[in-house]
Amino acid sequence: MRVLKDLLKDGRFKFGFIVVCILLFLAILSFFSPYDPTRWNIFPRDLPPSTQHILGTNSKGQDVFWEATFAIRNSLIISLIAALISRIIAIIVGLVAGYSGGRVDRVLMSISDSFLILPLLPILILISSLIKKHLSLVSLGLLLSIFGWPWDARLIRAQVLSLREREFTYTSVLSGSSTLSLVIKEYFPYILPLVFSTIINNMGWSIGLEVTLSILGLSNLAIPTLGTTLHWAINYQAMLLGIWWWLLTPIVISVFLFISLYLLSVSISEYSDPRTRVQRIGLAKE
Amino acid sequence: MNFVKGYLIPRLISYFLIIFIGLTIVFIVPRLSPIDPVQQMINTISMMGTYMDPQAVEKLTETLKDLYGLKGNLWQQYIAFWGRFIRGDFGPSFFRFPVPVSKLIADSIPWTVGLLSVSTFLSWLIGNILGGLCGFFYQRKWARVLENIAMIIRPIPYYIFALILLLIFGYFLKIFPIAGGFSIGLVPSFSLRFIIDLIKYAFLPLISMMILGIAVTLQTMRLIVQNILKEDFVLYAKAGGVKERTLLFKYVIRNAMLPQITGLALSMGQIFGGALITEIVFSYPGMGTLLYNAIATGDYNLIMGITAISIIGIATFILIIDLLYPLFDPRIRYR
Repeated sequence: MRVLKDLLKDGRFKFGFIVVCILLFLAILSFFSPYDPTRWNIFPRDLPPSTQHILGTNSKGQDVFWEATFAIRNSLIISLIAALISRIIAIIVGLVAGYSGGRVDRVLMSISDSFLILPLLPILILISSLIKKHLSLVSLGLLLSIFGWPWDARLIRAQVLSLREREFTYTSVLSGSSTLSLVIKEYFPYILPLVFSTIINNMGWSIGLEVTLSILGLSNLAIPTLGTTLHWAINYQAMLLGIWWWLLTPIVISVFLFISLYLLSVSISEYSDPRTRVQRIGLAKE
Repeated sequence: MNFVKGYLIPRLISYFLIIFIGLTIVFIVPRLSPIDPVQQMINTISMMGTYMDPQAVEKLTETLKDLYGLKGNLWQQYIAFWGRFIRGDFGPSFFRFPVPVSKLIADSIPWTVGLLSVSTFLSWLIGNILGGLCGFFYQRKWARVLENIAMIIRPIPYYIFALILLLIFGYFLKIFPIAGGFSIGLVPSFSLRFIIDLIKYAFLPLISMMILGIAVTLQTMRLIVQNILKEDFVLYAKAGGVKERTLLFKYVIRNAMLPQITGLALSMGQIFGGALITEIVFSYPGMGTLLYNAIATGDYNLIMGITAISIIGIATFILIIDLLYPLFDPRIRYR
């Protein structure tokens, strides 16, 4: 709780936190939605915003507001799956590479470098154009997680490399504790802050790719996400027909989501680094 | 000799490793997928209502397998894949049937390379200078403002940002054309009229890529500069009475450029993806739009060709940057 209080002293964190809370609230609201988001033509089409439909209706005959709540929920689910699983890969690769060093380190790092450098978008397009009919929320999350780990694995490896040279590593190895318990008991507390600050960054990254792929029509278009909502709005020429409420809703939501996630991750990573913490928040944590 | 052994050879090894891993992914992934492209093609043809007797279907299957490189066992396919790749043969495109994929890609590459190189170079340069100024004068108000603008723009994905610009300038203000590479009916030539037209059409895609690029470069540059300002040699130069302008450009920015060159090489894959997306939004006639058409028509050969070409393009770009790097960094040159 104290950490949260300290973090809230940073204006950027406050902004990000409030926006994410509002979006989470909207996502939770989708559980109480009176309509099924996959059904078409429930309402008259293209109604402008009114008291009955807060954000109007679209050309598919759906309520834009309630569809947006589902979209936020599904996009967040995809990004959470992608972020959590890529975190697990990153932790394993980073720990193994950093701790064992030598040839294993070199091989793992050159693989992760290649993943980092490869042009991700064409490869993702190639994959998802082949399996788009089978893409669910979970499999899209898994697909993104395969590509989301290399940078963070590098960060974790760098941290482990420096930890390995510390006194307590020698003490614990010489006193006969197993490698596994050393890593879990001694190294994890150092790695966890890194994991937390990168997890939010990775969520933003995953949502960005999800939006891109869906706009290109490369995901399951029946599931409402921020990307598929935009895809339908663009495909129905909402721009030319002047149905601005349909097009702007996903754009505004996603812009706010990206900015707030980014601000959160910047603020958290500055907080977890004691040098910048003092500078930014004006508070030294003992 | 030391330079060749310690610098050049590892770079060349990693160059071939990237291409090897990338193309192996391109080879393996489609074969792991549950969908058989040959069967899919036959279904599409039979869905159009043509009746085919079983013998013809069998013959068609053979031909299609040959076209897709699906003949023989996995190992033979892999060897054949590399063989065709080295010859630059990606098979015919299905979206414009007899035209080979390599021709379609060759036609669209100049547009993408033009857009990408101009926007990357300019945004890298402007971003570094602005970032250097922001880091150097970090207490000034304008530096804070610039920094905050960059912070807000940076996380927005290419597609959304381009779409916002398109909405504002193309639809509401109607200043710039909303799609294409040049006006319809104009013949490409080296006349002034054509060049002005070209710039007008390229302006929005260019600007949308540049603003995002500048935001990213500015932020990293500011961080690097702020770290360099704490170094001893800067303090010493200040104490020695070096002019502020000299200090900024010759001492600080010059040093901070070096990690930025490596950073550019590392983020090129992302920037390239952004260029593809930006082209799609503005229907710019480059590889992105080609890729979009390939997706829409399910042209598997074309998607594969574009993916392979972009892997090689990025890897080559990184190799060139790595090879040029000693020119900028004397520490590597004299090692």
